[in-house]
Amino acid sequence: MRELLWLVPTLPLLGSAILMLGAGRLSTRVEAMIGALSVGLAAIIAFTIAAGFLLYAPAGTVYEQTLWRWLDVGGFSAEIGLRLDALSLVMMLVITGVGFFIHLFATEFMEGEEGYGRFFAHLNLFVAAMLLLVLADDFLALYAGWEGVGLGSYLLIGFWWRDPANGLAARKAFIVTRIGDTALLIGLLLIASRLGTLDIAGAMKNASQTWQVGSPVATVAAFLLLGGAVGKSAQLPLQTWLPDAMAGPTPVSALIHAATMVTAGVYLIARTHALFLIAPSAQLAVGVVGGATLLLAGFSALAQNDIKRILAYSTMSQIGYMFLALGVGAWSAALFHLMTHAFFKALLFLSAGAITMRIHHEQNIFKMGGLARRLPAAFWSFLIGSAALAALPLVTAGFYSKEAILSGAWADGTSGRVLWVAGIFGAFITGLYIFRAVFIVFFGEEHTHVSGTYGWRVIVTLTVLSVLSVVGGLIELPPVFGHVTLLSNLLAPVLPATREVTNLTPLLLASLVALLGIALAAVLYWRPTRAPAETPLWRFWHAAGGFDWLYDRLLVRPVLWAARVGRNDVVDRVYDSIVWATRVAHQEVRRTQNGRVRWYTAGLAIGSICLIAIAVLR
Amino acid sequence: MILLWLLLVPAAGGVLAWIAGARHPDWPRWIALFVLAIDFILALTLIGPAVASGHTSWIASLDLPWIPQLGISFELGLDGLSLVLILLAIALGFVSVVISWTEITDRVGLFHANLLWATTGVIGVFLALDLFLFFFFWELMLVPMYFLIALWGHERRFYAAIKFFIFTQGSGLIMLVAILVLVFVHQHATGHLTFDYLALLGTKMSPSTAFWLMLGFFIAFAVKLPAVPFHTWLPDAHTEAPTAGSVLLAGILLKTGAYGLIRFVVPLFPDAAHAFAPVAMALGVIGILYAALMAFGQNDMKRLVAYSSVSHMGFVLLGVFAWNTLALQGVVVQMLAHGISTGALFILVGALQERIHTRDMRLMGGLWGAVPRLSAFGMVFAIASLGLPGLGNFIGEFLILLGSFRVSVPLTVIAAGGLVAGAAYALLLVQRAFHGKASPHPDAAKPIDLTAPHLAVMAVLVIAIIGLGLYPQPIFDQVAPGLAVLQHNGAPSVGAAAQGSQ
Repeated sequence: MRELLWLVPTLPLLGSAILMLGAGRLSTRVEAMIGALSVGLAAIIAFTIAAGFLLYAPAGTVYEQTLWRWLDVGGFSAEIGLRLDALSLVMMLVITGVGFFIHLFATEFMEGEEGYGRFFAHLNLFVAAMLLLVLADDFLALYAGWEGVGLGSYLLIGFWWRDPANGLAARKAFIVTRIGDTALLIGLLLIASRLGTLDIAGAMKNASQTWQVGSPVATVAAFLLLGGAVGKSAQLPLQTWLPDAMAGPTPVSALIHAATMVTAGVYLIARTHALFLIAPSAQLAVGVVGGATLLLAGFSALAQNDIKRILAYSTMSQIGYMFLALGVGAWSAALFHLMTHAFFKALLFLSAGAITMRIHHEQNIFKMGGLARRLPAAFWSFLIGSAALAALPLVTAGFYSKEAILSGAWADGTSGRVLWVAGIFGAFITGLYIFRAVFIVFFGEEHTHVSGTYGWRVIVTLTVLSVLSVVGGLIELPPVFGHVTLLSNLLAPVLPATREVTNLTPLLLASLVALLGIALAAVLYWRPTRAPAETPLWRFWHAAGGFDWLYDRLLVRPVLWAARVGRNDVVDRVYDSIVWATRVAHQEVRRTQNGRVRWYTAGLAIGSICLIAIAVLR
Repeated sequence: MILLWLLLVPAAGGVLAWIAGARHPDWPRWIALFVLAIDFILALTLIGPAVASGHTSWIASLDLPWIPQLGISFELGLDGLSLVLILLAIALGFVSVVISWTEITDRVGLFHANLLWATTGVIGVFLALDLFLFFFFWELMLVPMYFLIALWGHERRFYAAIKFFIFTQGSGLIMLVAILVLVFVHQHATGHLTFDYLALLGTKMSPSTAFWLMLGFFIAFAVKLPAVPFHTWLPDAHTEAPTAGSVLLAGILLKTGAYGLIRFVVPLFPDAAHAFAPVAMALGVIGILYAALMAFGQNDMKRLVAYSSVSHMGFVLLGVFAWNTLALQGVVVQMLAHGISTGALFILVGALQERIHTRDMRLMGGLWGAVPRLSAFGMVFAIASLGLPGLGNFIGEFLILLGSFRVSVPLTVIAAGGLVAGAAYALLLVQRAFHGKASPHPDAAKPIDLTAPHLAVMAVLVIAIIGLGLYPQPIFDQVAPGLAVLQHNGAPSVGAAAQGSQ
């Protein structure tokens, strides 16, 4: 069964190719079938391979499949090959599993849209690239997937291309992440030059053998990879593209900007943990970036009125938790949260989509209200997702994964304790901002008109994700609740062990602040409220700390100015001036040829005198 | 002898096309297609391993006496590098004929004659091993190109054609002087008057002589490449040229500059070239970023593509002067990929101009709704242009960066910034032309989408760019022996190398 691994990324790619080539010739029904089934089949194969992997683990718990030699030149070679180990296995299951249900949801959500086939062509292309990213056994192939998901993200954010704002958001996403990607590429150049290979496993082995802990080269390499990670995962300082990326259709936000692509940075750092272990300052930076981002994004989420932007900032914040986990060495906790986050954030986005598709695509929460009675399916799924996001103790998956992160930070010395404080504070904010949305959207008076019904595809998807958001945490329970360690056991061969935390304090505190956050939201927003007044503080957080403003002044405007002013190419002015000088000289010399014999005689005389003078005086 | 046929077939075909043009406008078109197809097949038969002998690696060569009194002979040699560039030249020549079918309706015979002669000149440049013969072909490709721009171009065609002519002619003159001085220096040292490239390799001369001669050759090739600050003829020439002219210019004429740098500048003057390398690499990096900024600022779509071309050639200059296997192989792939992707973009701009009668992107927008196929292909090649992995340009740029990283880390890091800049202008092109609100076209009628011939050409080019991106190995293998010989010849002498490393 393992031999079929290559089919997992290939099937979505094939689906994409068929949809692109058949554009305009296929019926909507066929397009939906191809779009959803290509990912569905990939998911079936992936889960079958996973079952085999768990029952009969391959030697070394790694299965490698080389597809072809990409390039072999001048002593450097790279191949397109797949590597299935516990880490890529978890990622593959999340991508194909959650991905399939989001596709299923989208077949209904996108009905009647212009470019239905194009949507699924791009969505399938994205899934293929994402699978290549996580399955690649070579950095260059990983980079190919890395850029491929960026392309998918660009194409889908700008899916509704008639509105220039969507195009702007799409380009912003691509270019901002490309800055990170370029850092990553330079990191790869460094690794290839110093370690002699871009094979991931080989390079990581060489790194720990050739570089000392804290060596400058290792630190630079790790920081460059971190640069790539913060771009893709929308962390400080390259986080500004994510809120604007909400211009894309909601299933896109669920798949790309919540469940999969934005977690690529977490995957990259987990995959290259060996490098970060010998570059402690870079690893600390990962944690600090995560801690800072989770607070910034949490506060920003509190000052949004658009339901999708609330969720976007919340995604940024939750990925901040994952970075924090990586920074404090709670490796498997980061992956655990990545997984549960994929469940509940996809659920939140899709239930938000399920709401907006029934109320004429209104996204302002203050124009909703009272929807609990009108849209019970969307209400319950959004509520479950929110509870998981807020880490409601005991009954949600998000609680167990976030608890694992916070316990890990608690146990990680002084710096870890500082980050823990940030995490605890963030947990409080999380409960507050998401239940603010819940109360405003679903309770109080109705401000909107509800129309339409849900088909089975929406209901099935919301149900499955709701169930996963509740029970998904049971694969890894802290010592006090039975001490289940299925996930960390699975990940043990690929990731360093996480510290065992038996102290109950962090767990109790984490539970307490989550409840406090929810309680405060209930107190503040239980009764119908109006949109908040635009105080300076509110505007500051609404603009997420003004990074857009800053980058606009520092980078965007100078470049636009230079492009506008220099449009006519100053270099050409140099050549123009040569032309001008020639013309002027031509004009001047031409004057002497005026047909007057007197002038010519005078010229002859002066010339002769000069020549004689030179001859005499020499 | 097959090398001679490679030249004679298109040259004779040009004459034939000219004559046939008087009878029926379709005849020259078919003749050109036929001739180029024959030539392509001839070139295809040459694919294969080189006949290894000593320090040369020719797949085929030919040496006929021409003007023995002056040491000039008709000497041709083909290695893997020449072969892949010749294949590209013929293929793009073929494409140019197809896409000019409806665009060129005036003096069709002469047009195709010039097209074929320009191709002949380019093939000759890639084959010539006698410096006099090389110069002959260098001029030969220039004149038909001048006429292509001047006779079939757009509004400001005379200005552009003359600018093109003066830039290339002026720099060609510098090269001619350098060739003559080199030959006399060689005669002075050995008593033997010859223009033979192989004999001139390793000529002993003082470092300052070598430097000035190297500079003479460098300027000629840098103008053709073009490298900033010698690039300003290119946007004008491209913008005013007919579509086929732009395809030929971008696809193959520019490559003669890179080819000259690899074949002549570094092997003939290894020490001088290596001493000059930091400057040349810096020019390459400046070119990448400056041209990208220029591309970003253009309103004329064709000018945007032209500047993107200059930006891509900056990578080539960087790679050539990094002068290691990785970078040089990257340069070869970059040249092929650039020929395909930029050629395709010019074809699309030309097709668009034929339909909506403007190249001004301020008058475009929302074309996806009207011409979805054209727009989709535009998207694909814009993405290729910004270096997305899986498409050919990425392989070129990555290998060039990997090679130059070993020579200069700071320059490589700055050059990598070109990837961000490339994304900015390529996506801006897509946005302004294809996305956004549809602007009212000058023509009220809805433009028609690409027709079958264009679709076929685009399909082939897409397959080529994907093939190059996913499986470039056959190119590497074909080019490797020839490059190894060039690298051997171009390696700096021991003393200079020691100096360089200090």
